[in-house]
Amino acid sequence: MAALLEIEGLRTQFFTSSGIVKAVDGITYDVEAGETVAVVGESGCGKSVSALSILRLVAEPAGKVVGGTIKFQGQDLLALSDIEMRKIRGNDIAMVFQEPMTSLNPVLTIGLQLTETLTHHLNMSGEEATARAVELLGLVGISEPERRLAQYPHHLSGGMRQRVMIAMALCCDPKLIIADEPTTALDVTIQAQILELMKNLTRDFGVAMIIITHNLGVVARYADRVNVMYAGKIIETGTAKDIYHTPKHPYTLALLKSVPRIDQPRVAKLDPVQGQPPDLSKLDGGCAFRPRCRYATDKCAQSIPELEKIDGVHAAACFRHNELEEV
Amino acid sequence: MSVVETAGAETPVDKILEVTDLRMYFPITEGIMIQRKVADVKAVDGISFSMSRGETLGLVGESGCGKTTTGRCILQLEKQTSGDIVFNGQNISTLSRSDMLQFRQKVQVIFQDPYSSLNPRMKIGDIIGEPMKVHKIIEDKTERDRRVAELLSLCGLSPQFSDRYPHEMSGGQRQRVGVARALALNPEFIVCDEAVSALDVSIQAQVINLLEDLRDEFNLTYLFISHDLSVIRHLCQRVAVMYLGHMVEVADCDELFENPMHPYTKALLDAVPIADPVLEASREHKIVKGEIPSPINPPSGCVFHPRCEIAVPACSQAIPKLVEVKPGHWVACPEA
Repeated sequence: MAALLEIEGLRTQFFTSSGIVKAVDGITYDVEAGETVAVVGESGCGKSVSALSILRLVAEPAGKVVGGTIKFQGQDLLALSDIEMRKIRGNDIAMVFQEPMTSLNPVLTIGLQLTETLTHHLNMSGEEATARAVELLGLVGISEPERRLAQYPHHLSGGMRQRVMIAMALCCDPKLIIADEPTTALDVTIQAQILELMKNLTRDFGVAMIIITHNLGVVARYADRVNVMYAGKIIETGTAKDIYHTPKHPYTLALLKSVPRIDQPRVAKLDPVQGQPPDLSKLDGGCAFRPRCRYATDKCAQSIPELEKIDGVHAAACFRHNELEEV
Repeated sequence: MSVVETAGAETPVDKILEVTDLRMYFPITEGIMIQRKVADVKAVDGISFSMSRGETLGLVGESGCGKTTTGRCILQLEKQTSGDIVFNGQNISTLSRSDMLQFRQKVQVIFQDPYSSLNPRMKIGDIIGEPMKVHKIIEDKTERDRRVAELLSLCGLSPQFSDRYPHEMSGGQRQRVGVARALALNPEFIVCDEAVSALDVSIQAQVINLLEDLRDEFNLTYLFISHDLSVIRHLCQRVAVMYLGHMVEVADCDELFENPMHPYTKALLDAVPIADPVLEASREHKIVKGEIPSPINPPSGCVFHPRCEIAVPACSQAIPKLVEVKPGHWVACPEA
């Protein structure tokens, strides 16, 4: 059976005065039904743009999906008309955005924002929608849901707003939820609450999820598979265990080494990745990580390494992946 | 007062900072013409600690716990409601204007957001040179430029950056400029307010290493404010945990992480995700329930008791005092 979501060779570019920015440059991955896939990378690596591309939310004309296919349940999303796409957005595929402060409309009540999706996609009557909204708020652990419906976003804390965002995403029993940095703006104790909630919900309802994050720690517990992105490309993919225990790309290795960890003995000095991330409008024909890489050779400047299978689903885009030390 | 000595190291050490019963209440007012106070936001509600020279104290807690306000009071960017801050033996709330100027040279700050803490219309060279100009340390322009170049290279930036504007630089580079500016006046004490939180992990490690190198080179004392426990553990010698304006636990770094005693500290440590799927799967997550209450109307007694697992009825009565349970390990919880 085909996967729920199949992305192949997706390329998204932005046309700016300083040249073409290749934000997403040929990424391919699948998401199976009920699976949680993490996309990890630093700011500007294209992880959010790749998610927006799936929902066709990349702002045109500045940005455009220029190549590849995105198949959702066998249907090519890029070929759909705008009206057909609207039927999928928020219905079969829902999104949870990063900033709970800015992604809710400040002048509408929580109730109105929740019921809007229900009446729009499911043709519910006002009363039905309200009843369902109360149920959803209860589901995501919000106390006194009836009272909350009449409140505005500024009445709620950051954690509560993120719960409302998740309730909204769950409205139409989606098959896939895309969560873009769902906990980045939250405190650690609240982050733990939200992550646990999302895990339980995906398990209970069999929803597939794509979690986009820059925090490797966050996804270790929750992701079945992890894609590591750098400069618009997936440079390593594998199960969580592959990525964290036997990383095969120097960038993944460096990312893991540069964060201090509370479960390991204190080290005298951190081992950071040297240099800065590259300018995505000025990439050349070699590996984009080359200038910061300890293992770079002449070969890395001549051609761009492709994802090479290591074992099972584990693959890395590095010419020297066999020579990396194990961590 | 016993609490005064809290958190303090042994007396013979060279104390650079001593904070006693610091309170910072922000009034909430109502009325358009005639403003009257209706309530207080108790951002910091009676905390005491001291720091010795060359030490890095981590101040950790979640948003709204008062850690930033504490830093701002020490910098005298906020005038505290009550309590004493003694820096190098001088009570800073009674300083004369000229002494205050002296004080401001010795105490500097590195802010969280490298995007909003640099003036977008000033060149990097002017941003770093301005403190020296204001305090009349180096009045000669060419001499000052030389010092700016020196500071830039000290912070790992090429001296050519002095002709650029902030928008031409990346986040990590801007934060290095923030560090260079803080160093411009040869300070003794730097408040690092979430100094690495806004940076990407690979860049964050670079700035952490820079801060460590500078500390060793100039014998700097850092008050390192952060919500990130793993960074705190890496960088600090001693850690103070704050919750809703109160200090709930203070201990040496290793002691705090190996043997946390306050239920809030435990909850905080439990919530930190670890980048290891096997370890995470075997880890039992005890997730603390509820949200942080409002500092306008904090719970009575121990402020943590509504969310606490081991709370007993007495917890809602009296505010627990920090008690030294082991040498150097102070906990504000009688049940711990």
